[in-house]
Amino acid sequence: MDEAMTGMNEEVGLSFGADDSEPLGQTPGSASGAETPAKFVSRGVDVFYGAKQALFSIDIDIMPNEVTALIGPSGCGKSTFLRCLNRMNDIIDGCRFSGSIVLDGEDIYARAIDVVHLRARVGMVFQKPNPFPKSVYENVAYGPRIHGLASSTADMDEVVRTSLERAGLWEEVKDRLHEPGTGLSGGQQQRLCIARAIAVEPEVILMDEPCSALDPIATARIEELIDELRTNYTIVIVTHNVQQAARVSQRTAFFHLGKLIEFGDTDQIFTNPRAERTRDYITGRFG
Amino acid sequence: MPIAVLLATLIGLTVAGYYMGRSRAVAVGGHGTRHLNSLPSYYGLYVAAWCGIPAVSIVVLWLALEPEIIRALLVATLPDVAGTWSDGTMALMLNDIRNLAGGNIVSRDVDPELRTAAEYYAFLRNTGFAAMAVVALAIAAGGLTYGRRAIHPDLRARNRVEGVLMVFLIISSTVAILVTIGIVLSLLFEAIRFFQRVSPVEFLFGLEWSPQTALRADQVGSSGKFGSIPLLMGTALISFIAMCVAVPVGLLSAIYMAEYAPPRVRSAVKPALEILAGIPTVVYGFFAALTMAPFLRDWGSQIGLSISSESALAAGLVMGIMIIPFISSISDDVITAVPQSMREGSLGLGATKSETIRRVIIPAALPGIVGGVLLAVSRAIGETMIVVMAAGLAANLTVNPLQAVTTVTVQIVTLLVGDQEFDSAKTLAAFALGLVLFFVTLVLNIVALTVVKKYREQYE
Ligand SMILES: Nc1ncnc2c1ncn2[C@@H]1O[C@H](COP(=O)(O)OP(=O)(O)OP(=O)(O)O)[C@@H](O)[C@H]1O
Ligand SMILES: [Mg+2]
Repeated sequence: MDEAMTGMNEEVGLSFGADDSEPLGQTPGSASGAETPAKFVSRGVDVFYGAKQALFSIDIDIMPNEVTALIGPSGCGKSTFLRCLNRMNDIIDGCRFSGSIVLDGEDIYARAIDVVHLRARVGMVFQKPNPFPKSVYENVAYGPRIHGLASSTADMDEVVRTSLERAGLWEEVKDRLHEPGTGLSGGQQQRLCIARAIAVEPEVILMDEPCSALDPIATARIEELIDELRTNYTIVIVTHNVQQAARVSQRTAFFHLGKLIEFGDTDQIFTNPRAERTRDYITGRFG
Repeated sequence: MPIAVLLATLIGLTVAGYYMGRSRAVAVGGHGTRHLNSLPSYYGLYVAAWCGIPAVSIVVLWLALEPEIIRALLVATLPDVAGTWSDGTMALMLNDIRNLAGGNIVSRDVDPELRTAAEYYAFLRNTGFAAMAVVALAIAAGGLTYGRRAIHPDLRARNRVEGVLMVFLIISSTVAILVTIGIVLSLLFEAIRFFQRVSPVEFLFGLEWSPQTALRADQVGSSGKFGSIPLLMGTALISFIAMCVAVPVGLLSAIYMAEYAPPRVRSAVKPALEILAGIPTVVYGFFAALTMAPFLRDWGSQIGLSISSESALAAGLVMGIMIIPFISSISDDVITAVPQSMREGSLGLGATKSETIRRVIIPAALPGIVGGVLLAVSRAIGETMIVVMAAGLAANLTVNPLQAVTTVTVQIVTLLVGDQEFDSAKTLAAFALGLVLFFVTLVLNIVALTVVKKYREQYE
């Protein structure tokens, strides 16, 4: 079985030819050209689920206060990479990581790192809205309570209100803060989850297909929101919707079969992709 | 065994009907079975149903009604004096006739009249059976012929067979329900007879339990006391102790199994806990009586507590151990049913595993856990063997777990074990107690099931 797997991987590598083994686009490290240090620096990231390798040597720099979109066909490892950034893969049995991911100069896979603290700094919004079966208020207050971010009830009220405001949900729920969060509509639930993530005051927000369960109007609201959030946070978003990536992101990474094919400015990727695969994918010819 | 022969014949006919129907369908269908409305085996079943069901129903009906019919016919031929006999005398007479006909011992001298009656009785039975057998076989044959004739490519045999099947299912579930109703009714009637002797108020609120009825009016202690409160208190006390053991241990082990245990440990621990559920309660009973109770007594005397050798504590502790697997297995199911997205959501906000469990998983699973606990309580209340062996018989009204107490189930057992006259308040009290017990556990179960169900819907 092991051999079969390795054999398969080689085949995949071959089919791309030699020029595909190095991702095209800006060389890592010089991503922005200027001195702004990258928020995340990922080098040689390999991820295995059991014997199956899901990611092959991924190098990506994620810039602060930008939206980075991860695109690619289903099963190419976008979620896997995203979940590496806050070590959510740790809770999956049989998932193995190698390589390094550095957040603000600190290797997050180092032994000394406190995973719980890391996840407070790097928040996550999931594909399916997953509010807790608690009230709207308690959903938002959950993180601040755990991390002791509010010293009084008034403080907490304030945190809840600002978080909901920033997530663009306040007006809709201010009269039903104490009704169950699960009773909101899908789009509202997703914004509630965003508010819940914001309430912890993270530095980075990871979003895994945050709009896949939403209608176009709710999607538009969330896209607007992402653009606003960019001023305060670094955002990494996985999306199946190529137009969405073009609309909301400054930088785009294209994955295919566990490999990073191309990474660069969104404008460049969408107007003038360097790899044929990328062009095919964004024009909808495969994937 | 003519009845067995008859049934075997009917079954044989039915099976034959199946094959005949099938081959007939193939023949009628012509080339292949594509033109048939249903598969050939459905036609077979269709014929078999026509052949077997009416005939067997006749046999069953006859078996149910035969005693009554024959009795009526027999009574009609008895001498006129029979009209003046009391029910008891009549029953005795009929019994003798039956016994004589069957060649058994008879309680009186056999006179010619009795002999004639017995012969008549045997004659009635034989003719009746023969007639019934003929009718049944005729119906079976008729059904077979009719069913076979009815086969036609357009006959919707599939739907017909489906209908028959549904009727069977309905009958089965009706039987289950009827049996339950029967049990409840018999309990109810006996309890009503009890309440004709002892007032319900005394029974439900009386503080003293000494169930005896006098043989002679001047007997010492002739007046029994039927206050059920001490028993209910005993039951509640022991159940409470049991839950104090079972809820924490069961819940914590469920949390460990569901959230922390690596799959290998889980696959070993879970069956081990389930073995606990498979131990016969009588084994727990002697563990309580022979190991736990003496241990507690000795240990108590060392630290200066007097613990009686039959104590609520010993029974409650062991019952708690018995109930652990209920709680742990239901809680484990409920906790595992909490969607993974809840855990990820919480961990993703920087919560630790135990914070996640305390603040998200347990609250989400709570209704289900409560349901499981309620089911366990009703199990504890109804549990008999452990308390019979370890809790004692003294109907003390106490909440001191170190003393002997007695429970509703223990009293039911002691009231009914041995020779009893079945119309004294003493024995009838058992039914009243049974009714109370039934009612309490019924309410608990209903509440528990509603709670569990509500919880299930939450994530669907
Ligand atoms: N828990 C897991 N156990 C085993 N294999 C997994 C697991 N999660 C993902 N994989 C495998 O890893 C590969 C990458 O999966 P990943 O979820 O990252 O894909 P994705 O790009 O997010 O796809 P999608 O767009 O469909 O969400 C896939 O081949 C998948 O089968
Ligand atoms: Mg994914």
